[in-house]
Amino acid sequence: MKPNDKQIGSSLNRVDGRLKVTGAAKYSAEYELPNLTYGVLVGSTIAKGRITSLDTKAAQNAPGVLAVISHLNSPKVPGFQPTGKEPSQPQTGGEPLKVFFDDKIRFNDQPIALVVADTLQRARHAARLVQAQYARETHQTNMVAGAKDAFLPSSAKKNPKSPMADYQRGQPDAYQTAALKIEQEYVIPTEHHHPMEMQSITAHWEAPDRLTLYDKTQGTIGTRRDFAKEWNLPEDHVKVIATYVGGAFGNALHSWPHESAAIIGAKVTGRPVKLMLTREQMFTMVGYRPYTWQKIGMSATADGRITAITHESIGQTSSYQEFTESTLQQTRMMYQSPNLTTRYRLAALDVSTPIWMRGPGEATGSFALESAMDEMAHLLKLDPMEFRLRNYTEQDPEKNRPWSTKFLRECYAKGAELVGWNKRQLQPGTLREGDWLLGYGMGVGTFGANRGAAHVSARLQPDGTVLLQCATTDIGPGTGTAMTQIAADTLGLPPERIRFELGQSGFPQAGSQGGSSTVNTVGQAVQDACLALKDRLRELAAPGTPAFATAKKEDVALTDGHLTLPGNAARVPFATLLQQPDAALVNVESKANGADKDKFSMYSFSVHFAEVAVHALTGEVRVRKLVSCADAGTIINLKTAANQMKGGAVGGIGMALMEHAVIDDRYGRYVTKDFADYHVPVQADAPAVEVFFVNQPDYHVNQLGTKGIGEIATIGVAPAIANAVFNATGKRVRELPITPDKLV
Amino acid sequence: MNDFSYTQAASAKEATGIIKEKPQAAYIAGGTTLLDMMKANLLEPPQLVDLNQLPFKGIEQTSDGLRIGAIERMSTVGEHPLVVQQFPAVSQALLLAASPQLRNMASIGGNILQRTRCGYFRDAAFPCNKRVPGSGCPAIAGDHHNLAILGVSDSCIATAYPGDLSVALAAFDAVLTLENQKGKQRRVPITEFYLLPGKTPQRENVLESGELIVAVTIPGAAHARRSTYLKVRERSSYAYALASAAVGLDVQNGTIRTARVALGGVGAQPWRSREAEKVLTGAPATEATFLAAAAAALQGAQPLEHNRFKVELAQNTLVRALQQVA
Ligand SMILES: Cc1cc2nc3c(=O)[nH]c(=O)nc-3n(C[C@H](O)[C@H](O)[C@H](O)COP(=O)(O)OP(=O)(O)OC[C@H]3O[C@@H](n4cnc5c(N)ncnc54)[C@H](O)[C@@H]3O)c2cc1C
Ligand code: SF4
Repeated sequence: MKPNDKQIGSSLNRVDGRLKVTGAAKYSAEYELPNLTYGVLVGSTIAKGRITSLDTKAAQNAPGVLAVISHLNSPKVPGFQPTGKEPSQPQTGGEPLKVFFDDKIRFNDQPIALVVADTLQRARHAARLVQAQYARETHQTNMVAGAKDAFLPSSAKKNPKSPMADYQRGQPDAYQTAALKIEQEYVIPTEHHHPMEMQSITAHWEAPDRLTLYDKTQGTIGTRRDFAKEWNLPEDHVKVIATYVGGAFGNALHSWPHESAAIIGAKVTGRPVKLMLTREQMFTMVGYRPYTWQKIGMSATADGRITAITHESIGQTSSYQEFTESTLQQTRMMYQSPNLTTRYRLAALDVSTPIWMRGPGEATGSFALESAMDEMAHLLKLDPMEFRLRNYTEQDPEKNRPWSTKFLRECYAKGAELVGWNKRQLQPGTLREGDWLLGYGMGVGTFGANRGAAHVSARLQPDGTVLLQCATTDIGPGTGTAMTQIAADTLGLPPERIRFELGQSGFPQAGSQGGSSTVNTVGQAVQDACLALKDRLRELAAPGTPAFATAKKEDVALTDGHLTLPGNAARVPFATLLQQPDAALVNVESKANGADKDKFSMYSFSVHFAEVAVHALTGEVRVRKLVSCADAGTIINLKTAANQMKGGAVGGIGMALMEHAVIDDRYGRYVTKDFADYHVPVQADAPAVEVFFVNQPDYHVNQLGTKGIGEIATIGVAPAIANAVFNATGKRVRELPITPDKLV
Repeated sequence: MNDFSYTQAASAKEATGIIKEKPQAAYIAGGTTLLDMMKANLLEPPQLVDLNQLPFKGIEQTSDGLRIGAIERMSTVGEHPLVVQQFPAVSQALLLAASPQLRNMASIGGNILQRTRCGYFRDAAFPCNKRVPGSGCPAIAGDHHNLAILGVSDSCIATAYPGDLSVALAAFDAVLTLENQKGKQRRVPITEFYLLPGKTPQRENVLESGELIVAVTIPGAAHARRSTYLKVRERSSYAYALASAAVGLDVQNGTIRTARVALGGVGAQPWRSREAEKVLTGAPATEATFLAAAAAALQGAQPLEHNRFKVELAQNTLVRALQQVA
C-alpha cells in the first residue's frame, strides 16, 4: 500500500483480527500465573434478610480448598470501613455493594462466600458444600408495587438542572386538553447484556501493596481508581490489564462485587485468584437493563403538527444504589413540540444495581417515543415518516441552539428507498403473502456526540514504526484498528508501520469505552499525538538541518526511514533523531470538547426501517429486512462501522422480539437463568442488515468529524420492529418482547 | 458439581450391573441433559456409566418397522434416508431440535429421557414437587408461560418432556425396546412409556431402576410417509416449542383414511390426540375438518393465566400442520 493512500474511510481489516480468530488474543481469564488459584462464588438464595449461620466446614475440608471467605472471616477492606468523616445524612445516590462486609442480604444470589481452591473443579465442588441459614425479611421485587413509591433521583433533587430533573417547556401536560391525542403506557422488561465472554478477573497481589488485575473492564483507569480506593493504595500501585475484552455492551462499565471478592481471595491466600462468573451468575451478579415503565401523552393538530408531549418514566434500581439513565433525553429534542413535559423517577427494589446496556436509556425511551409517534400518525392517518418530517427539528428545541450537524432527513430518504417504504400500506393488515402478514415500520435513534479528555503517547521506534499507547479499551468495535488508521493518515505512514497499544492502566489515561465516545475522544488524542510527534521530530532535526527549523509540523513527512520535507531536499535519517533515549517520545493530552459544546447541540442520529412478516395463525414474527441509516459524522472504517451497526441492530431484534428476564416476585429470584430460557437472537433471526452512512464530518465534535456509532445502532430498532408488527397485524404491542403469545 | 467416578460399560449386563450395586449411579450417553443437571447440582451421581460402547446402534428395516439403536445420534438419525423417506415428521422433529452441536452429541435414548425446562425445577433454591416431592409447585402461581395445559395436575404442570422427537414417535406408534437388570427385554409403546404427573410428578416414565433403552422401532405406514412436524417457538431456531404438532394423513380422493396427531409443548407428556384422529378419520380433508380436529385435541385443556395463549396457539399449529400434509 502506498503511504499516501487515505486510511480514514477505508475498510481496513481489524489489526487484531488474526489474533482473535486464531485464539492468540488473551482474555482476562486466560492468564496463567505461577501459583494460580481459582475462585468460585456462592450466592444467596433469598432476596432480603440476614445470614444467621454459614456452615463452611465441609467446603473448607474439601480437597484442594485454600480458603472459604465470607463476612465471617473476610479481611477488613479499607475502603469498606467507616472513616468517621461521613456526613450525618446517608450518601445520596447510595453506594455499591460491599462484598462480605456484613450479614445483610440485599438481592437474590448476592455473593455470600468465595471458595478458593487449587483447581476450578475443586473450587466448584466445594462451593456447593457451603450451607447458609437466613432470617428472611419481606422483599419487594415487583415493579408495579415498587412504582407506587417511585422517587426523584438524588442527582435531580440536588441539581434542578440535572438531565434527570423534571423538564418543562410551554404548558405542563398540555396534551390532556387537546382534541387529537393519544395516551399510552409502554413497558421494557429487565434485559441482560450477556456478552460472549463472561465477567472474569485474575487478581494478583505482586507485593502487599501492589495489585495487578487482569480484568474484564471497559475502563482500565476507572477500575484502577475503584480498587486503589477500596484498598487505600496509591493509584500507581494498582495495575489493570484488559488488552482484549470479549464484548461487554455496558456491563463492564462499573466494578462489581466479584472483582472485589477475587482481590480479597488473593489477599487471603497470598496467591493469584482467577474468578469467572458462570452464565447463571451473569444474570444476577452484574448489572442489566432496568425494567422500565413509561407513559406518553401526545397531541397534534389535524395536519400533523405535534402540540404537546408528556413523557414519564420509572426505572428499576436497587435498594442500595441509584442507577439513572437518559431515558427521556431524546423526547426533549427530537420533535418540534411547543409544550413538553418529562418526568423521570426511580423505583428501588430488592435487586442488584442495573447498568447501562447498549443504547442505554435512549433505547428504552425510543421504544416509547417512536411507538407513540407511530400511534399518533395512525390516528392522523398520516404516513409515519411524513409525520416525523412535519415535526422535524431544524435546531435543538430543548437548548434553543443550532445542531452541530444533522443529516437525519438524508437518512429517512435513503432508508425509505432501501427498505421499499413505498410498499407500506396506511391501513394495517393489508399486505399478505400466504399465511404471512407483512408490515413496515420505522424508528429513530439519537445519542449525544460526546468528546472527553484523553492522553495518548507516540514514539518513533528505531525500526521506523510508530508506537502509540493509550489506556482506553476495545470491547469489540475495533478501536485499535480505527486508531491505527487515524495515526497512519496523520503521520503519512502505511498502517503496518503503526502499532496502537491499549487496555492497560499504565498507559496514558483515557476514560472508559462507553457512550459512543471513544473515537471522538481517543481519535482526537491520537491525531494530536501524531502531530506532536511530527513536531518533536522536526525540532530534533532542526539543529543539523535548518530547513526543519522553519517548517510547519503538518508538512513534515516520514519517508523511507527519513524525516523529509516535501518539495525540499532536506532528509534526516531516523537514526540521527533517535540518538537520545526517549527523544522521539511525546505524551499528549487532548482536552474535552470546549467552547463549541456550549454553542451547538451535538448528536448522532439514526433511523431504522424494518420489514416484518407475522404468521397469521401462530404469531411468529420474522424480521425479513432491516435497514439502518446513520448520521454518525466521519466514518473512520467502513467495515467495522458497518459491523457496529449490524450488531446493534441484531441487539435491537433481541430487545423487540425475545429478550425478557422473568423474576418470580414471591421469591425475588430470576426463573430465567440460562440461554434455553433467556433468548437472544440466533443467526436465523437476523436478516442481512443493510447499512447506510451519511458520512458527513462534524468538525464541531472534533477535527476528525466523528460523532459516534455504537449506541445509535440499537436505539430505535425495537420500535421500528414493533411498528412494523402493528402495520402487519393491526396489533399494537406496548410491552416488550413481542412473543407469539401476544399476537395469536 | 460433585466428585464422581467414570466407567465405560462394554455390555448391557455390565452397565445394569453397576446400577444394581449403586442405584445412585447414572448412565451417560451424549451427556447434554445429564451434565447440565450435574453442573446445576440437581443430580449428584457418584458414578457415571458411559453407554457409548454398547451395541445399541444401527438404523435398519425390520419386519416391525424401522429400528433405531438408542445410542444413535440425533443428527445421524435425522438425516438418515430411511427416516427422511418413511417418517418425514421424525426427521424434522430431530433436525428442528437444539443446535447442530447438540444434535451431534445427543443420543436417541437420551433425547427420550430429557428433563423438563421448568425454571423452578432447574434451580434448587426453589421448591418443586418433581425435584423434591411434597415441596410444592411454584410454577402454578408463578412463571408457567411455557408449561403444559394438557394432562397437568395440582402437583405439577411441567411439560415433563419439552423436546420434539418423542412427539413424533408418539404420533407414529413407535415402540421402545427396554432391557432390565436381569437382561430381560420388553417392548413398550412410547404412548405408554411416559407417566402423567398426578400426585407423583417425580415419576416420569415406566423405566425400572437401571433399565436401559435399547432401541426404538417405528412401524411404517402411509400416514407416516405423508407426515410433517411443525414447531412454533419464540425464535427462529434453537428454542423449545411453545407448541408443536406431528401429523400424518393418508388421504385418498379428498377423504382422510387414517390420521395421526400428536402435540408437543402443551402436554405433561408428548400428547397423542386420538380425539383429533377420530374427527379426521373418514372426514374430508378440509379446513373445517382440521378446525374441528384441533378443537377436539384441546378439549381437555387446563390453561392458567400465562399459558392460556397455548390453547389457541396449539390449535392453530395443528391446523397449519394438517394443511401442510393434506
Ligand atoms: C440448549 C439445549 C437445547 C435443546 N433443545 C432441544 C430441542 O429443541 N428439542 C429437543 O428435542 N431437545 C432439545 N434439547 C435436549 C437434547 O435433545 C437432549 O439433551 C439430548 O437429546 C439428550 O441426549 P444425550 O444423549 O445427550 O443424553 P444424556 O444427557 O447422556 O442422558 C440423558 C438421560 O438419559 C439417560 N440415558 C441416556 N441414554 C440412555 C439409555 N440408552 N437407556 C437408559 N437411560 C439413558 C441418562 O442417564 C440421563 O438421565 C436441548 C438441549 C439443550 C442443552
Ligand atoms: S411445574 Fe413441575 S417441575 Fe415445575 S415447579 Fe411445578 S412441580 Fe416442579
